[in-house]
Amino acid sequence: MSDTPLLHLAVALDGAGWHPAAWREPDARPADLLTAGYWVDLVTEAQRGLLDLVTIEDALALQSTDRWGPDDRTDQVRGRLDAVQVAARVAPVTAGIGLVPTAVVTHTEPFHLSKAIATLDYVSTGRAGLRVRVAGSRAEAAHVGRRDLPDVRSVDPRDPAVAALSRELFDEATDWVEVLRRLWDSWEDDAEIRDVATGRFVDRHKLHRVDFTGRHFSVAGPSITPRPPQGQPIVAALAHHAVPYEFVGRNADLGFVTPRDAEHAAAVVTEIRAAQAAAGRQDETVHVFGDLVVFLDDDAATARARRDRLDDTAGAEYTSDARVFTGTHVQLADLLTEWAAAGLTGFRLRPATLPHDLRQVTGGLVPELQRRGLFRRAYEASTLRGLLGLPRPANRYATV
Amino acid sequence: MTKQVHLGAHFPGVNNTTVWSDPEAGSHIEFSSFARFAQAAERGRLDFLFLAEGLRLREQNGEIYDLDVVGRPDTFTVLAALAAVTDRIGLAGTINSTFNEPYEVARQFATLDHLSAGRAAWNVVTSWDAFTGENFRRGGFLPQEERYERARTFLQTAHELFDSWRGDEIVADKATGTFLREPRPGRFAHTDAHFDIAGQFDVPRSPQGRPVVFQAGDSDEGRDFAAAQADAIFSRHSTREAGQAFYADVKGRLARFGRRPEELLILPAATFVIGDTDAEAAELAHEVRMQQVSGQTAIRFLEQLWNRDLSDHDPDGPLPTVDPVVGGQHVAQGRASVRMHRDPLATAAEWRRLAEAKGFSIRELMVEVTARQSFVGSPETVAATIDDLVQADAADGYVLVPHLTPGGLDPFVDRVVPLLQERGVFRTDYAGTTLRDHLGLAPL
Repeated sequence: MSDTPLLHLAVALDGAGWHPAAWREPDARPADLLTAGYWVDLVTEAQRGLLDLVTIEDALALQSTDRWGPDDRTDQVRGRLDAVQVAARVAPVTAGIGLVPTAVVTHTEPFHLSKAIATLDYVSTGRAGLRVRVAGSRAEAAHVGRRDLPDVRSVDPRDPAVAALSRELFDEATDWVEVLRRLWDSWEDDAEIRDVATGRFVDRHKLHRVDFTGRHFSVAGPSITPRPPQGQPIVAALAHHAVPYEFVGRNADLGFVTPRDAEHAAAVVTEIRAAQAAAGRQDETVHVFGDLVVFLDDDAATARARRDRLDDTAGAEYTSDARVFTGTHVQLADLLTEWAAAGLTGFRLRPATLPHDLRQVTGGLVPELQRRGLFRRAYEASTLRGLLGLPRPANRYATV
Repeated sequence: MTKQVHLGAHFPGVNNTTVWSDPEAGSHIEFSSFARFAQAAERGRLDFLFLAEGLRLREQNGEIYDLDVVGRPDTFTVLAALAAVTDRIGLAGTINSTFNEPYEVARQFATLDHLSAGRAAWNVVTSWDAFTGENFRRGGFLPQEERYERARTFLQTAHELFDSWRGDEIVADKATGTFLREPRPGRFAHTDAHFDIAGQFDVPRSPQGRPVVFQAGDSDEGRDFAAAQADAIFSRHSTREAGQAFYADVKGRLARFGRRPEELLILPAATFVIGDTDAEAAELAHEVRMQQVSGQTAIRFLEQLWNRDLSDHDPDGPLPTVDPVVGGQHVAQGRASVRMHRDPLATAAEWRRLAEAKGFSIRELMVEVTARQSFVGSPETVAATIDDLVQADAADGYVLVPHLTPGGLDPFVDRVVPLLQERGVFRTDYAGTTLRDHLGLAPL
């Protein structure tokens, strides 16, 4: 046994994979993307590899190459399912693996999402989390019709309009997560007493109003759903710059970040740790996972050729906000080891194609990391918090 | 022609019908309870499973009401999970049209329909109260008189979203690289007094096209709403006379909306107690009633009419001498039934006459005047009664509401369903795969 901490591994599931031409691969199942069986098969494969969790992408809009609105493409996957329900549909037929659907903050009710994720935790017996996503596009806002957003059309954080919108959306997300967390605690664990002698089903003194008042919403509480099995399901967020780094440090259990290299990874981790300390959370575990898009094959030339072929099919070179890795699982294991030394506690791999690159992770990368003593050989806990080394937290409202 | 009976199974809810104090009562939250209940319903070849919803814990006299089951899971999340442990049974969920937005609800029902391969149903409800609104962004924004208008336009908007995909847009031809037949599928634009939305819907057409729509309101507006837009009504008129009157009224409204009688099913909620003999069932039914209406519950019920704190009254004693408080903030919050007491003074006078004539205590009166079981008897009696009521156009079937979680449906499934099947009025196996198939509704 070495003293090296084990790595955590997640995969990010989205459609037929992250490359726009992934759906045309021989093993792709583009006609099944809206069926339960497709998602069960993918999560079962991820579970076979003992991964910590899967994330499931989502938005309140159709996929588009234009992040600000619809495009006219007919050669890429379009259409999706609500991610929370996909996770719930998969939950009863899986065990061990964490289920982390994406939920949009900007246009949804924290009360509804709080009980949805609490319920996901019940139906998965303690494996739920959620990845919160802010939605800055006016097109997405127009689907819901409750608010208008400024027309920024840029993601450059140095642009004052972008910075202002980003600040506003993440401030709201901070409130939104705060409400979720309070609602999850609004029932003490032993609130349900079923006391036949006194006729009381609950001890009402163990149910708590949350009485949150913020700029965008006020929520009274308590939740209609009792405290979930994990107490607090995992809250995750993807972060690319200072505002979301601060959000992760302050509110999340898990941040997904997109470093270019090990040095950049170290800088990002430092920034998140500073935000964590500034929020008074220095004693809490906050995971920072590096995101990578992966093209994996048994030899590097095959991986490169496959990527080139996919790019040819798509008619453009694939680019991403995350580092794109092309090579073998051994080379990837080397890279992950190097980046872990920079302070990342795990990785979220975005398979370029499904199921091929997922199978390369479960059948190639995982055994390689196990050989190096860097990855689990069996699920050591039955909850997602357990897998991530997080204790079941005390209830903020409990007095004893 | 002999009508076929339709049956739904209502997961026991958060009112006093549900007897949590029974030693056999299980969890109302753990998924295993829902899975067991749904699997029993599917074993009985029932049409659908039904989940109610409430978006704020009930209060009385300013405190959380603690005598009944408290708490429930999220509707969509449980139904999606149940799709994993069942194959054919319909999955019906109550979702509020006041504290939601059409785009999100439409994608949630379309998703449920995909993940269950065509088994989703939506019971559209219209609570509007500011008390519930305190849990939501908009607060108590909707005047009571606008609730059906918002529900109507919400449902209309959702239907436009469901219909925004025809169903043939996805080609997914790997060889030619054509995923979509044409660009920009799912386009929609809707503007009215309540909603102003436009863009592209992101869930392609689901197996049923849209979920089966249930409606549960009983007012004139509610009945018109159902006659115009619903596929089934979840009514409370389970007795023969009231059932027939309701049935005739609602079916009679359909022509005005250009619809035929068979396009809207009338499915009253029905409780039941089954014994080996009618006499044994009657005895059991009384025991259950006494469990459902404890002395404390009787006082709380009385307070809901009297609209004042009566906690100093003895449930085994006489009715209060003071009169009900009419108007003002109600002592009970988050409970639809308190709105049914339209004339509290008249009802109180009637209850006093009844109590005096029969010598009833408060508890005995409450056992008498609050809902009794719909069907009490031997399996033969219950099967014959249901068949008779359906053939007599008192209903098209019933939504069964057991008093025990999770096993309360078992006696009905194991003992009554086979007799209905013998009578030739209930399916012995599912003929189709979708809920529309089970309910005999034409495909969209």
